[in-house]
Amino acid sequence: MQVILAQALLGLNVGVFYAMLSLGLAVIFGLLNIINFAHGAMYMLGAFIALIGYSYLEQWFGISLQIGFWGSLIVAPLVVGLLGIVIERTMLKRLADLDHIYGLLLTFGITLILQGLFANYFNVSGTPYPGQPEVLGGVLNLGFMFFPTYRMFAIVFSLVVCFATWYVIEHTRLGSRLRAGVENPQLTQAFGLNVPLMVTLTFGFGAALAGLAGVLAAPIYSVSPLMGADLIIVVFAVVVIGGMGSIMGAILSGLALGLVEGLTKVFYPPAANTVIFFLMVLVLLFRPAGLFGKEK
Amino acid sequence: MPPENARELLKIENLHAWYGESHILHGLDLTVHEGEVITLLGRNGSGRSTTLKAILGLVGKRTGSIRVNGTELINLPTHQIARVGKLGYCPEERGIYASLNVDENLVLPPVIAEGGLSVDEIYQMFPNLEERRKSQGSKLSGGEQQMLAIARILRTGATLLLLDEITEGLAPVILKALDDVIRKLRAKGFTIILVEQNFRFAAPLADRHYVIEHGQVVEQIAAEELEAKQDQLNRHLSV
Repeated sequence: MQVILAQALLGLNVGVFYAMLSLGLAVIFGLLNIINFAHGAMYMLGAFIALIGYSYLEQWFGISLQIGFWGSLIVAPLVVGLLGIVIERTMLKRLADLDHIYGLLLTFGITLILQGLFANYFNVSGTPYPGQPEVLGGVLNLGFMFFPTYRMFAIVFSLVVCFATWYVIEHTRLGSRLRAGVENPQLTQAFGLNVPLMVTLTFGFGAALAGLAGVLAAPIYSVSPLMGADLIIVVFAVVVIGGMGSIMGAILSGLALGLVEGLTKVFYPPAANTVIFFLMVLVLLFRPAGLFGKEK
Repeated sequence: MPPENARELLKIENLHAWYGESHILHGLDLTVHEGEVITLLGRNGSGRSTTLKAILGLVGKRTGSIRVNGTELINLPTHQIARVGKLGYCPEERGIYASLNVDENLVLPPVIAEGGLSVDEIYQMFPNLEERRKSQGSKLSGGEQQMLAIARILRTGATLLLLDEITEGLAPVILKALDDVIRKLRAKGFTIILVEQNFRFAAPLADRHYVIEHGQVVEQIAAEELEAKQDQLNRHLSV
């Protein structure tokens, strides 16, 4: 039983990253109809901004400044969000009236460029992030296992971010304006709301969420140019299972699939890497719009 | 005729509008005075709804001049037009957001000027909607959707209301309620442009009627001339 609980908690730890990333993808797809393949690269970028801010500023730029973990939680999403805004304004905007595939191909290209840039300067096998704050060091005794304090922090922090995002989109006036802008952009503009600006900022916010997840992941996983590429396919599967565009679907299926993956490691380890894709096939067969999605 | 000493609120001159390659409005001119209710009459496809959309910048391309209170709107992006011109728009298909409930639909359009009705005043005017505040837009009846589509622009402070086919597909009892609403709005000083197929509904409400054919105004009839020009009007409107 202890093993199961321990694996469930570790699975949940993976699940919160799935949830945060799939949430960003769902926000961007659900509100903007863009399949953002560059989401994994944004996640990688967030982790690298944390790493560079901590270890490379002086070496590269001669600035005697170190951005610690807490600072990175603010700086990285801002920088990644800004990059998202630039990408949307200068490139994706031009594809607005075309088929989804064009946006997917463009963002795939952006992914390759970003990965290539970082692979040129950093080791592809990964660099450890040394900036984990001392206060989050050590382990917590949960009774059934000793669990790293930082991982518990990552779980709680991610859950707060995910549910706060869901609340804003589903239960605030800003969220209702975003949803209205998706449902009928022309009429929403006729009421005096600047829909193109809302689109840009939403894309920036989705990218910032990926950047934030990257910072959170940096102390746990090695910071590597391919860390986003390894995850993005699984995250797409999570979004499909949750229902493309469903905010709550992305969060809950991210968490649940992390758990499923963790528990599969207990019962049948060889299937741990494929169980999510198996579930995706089942969902597509029996509920093509996803568990929380609505048929169009 | 327009009320005495009434100011020109909206002046459209030589308006051309296109959807893609299709040239819909061909040099349309019209003037609306403050406090007036006017109708745009004409056959299907004559360009009445396109006139409202062109005012709001919801067509592919438009040229000419659209001035509200003397301010030119023709080169403004759509999201600025409602604010600059203090316009409220009720589209033909009602445009109720299915994913939002009644309250959310009601407060969605931003306040663009002072003087709009409060939510309480709106619910007094439309008591049916108050009972359904938490219902999703998609769950409302046609009449309720129409009431909501009008109600939500009254909160914004818009003074010029563009109402497109508000009676379409509605039962007689709802038409009576809409008639009351338009009369109340008129009494409150709103200026209204009604695009209407239902001439029996629009005739007693309007001060003037513009007849549109092939994207141009071909006749302008004041309410008091209506009886004398009935045959002429029938010729324009008959299929």
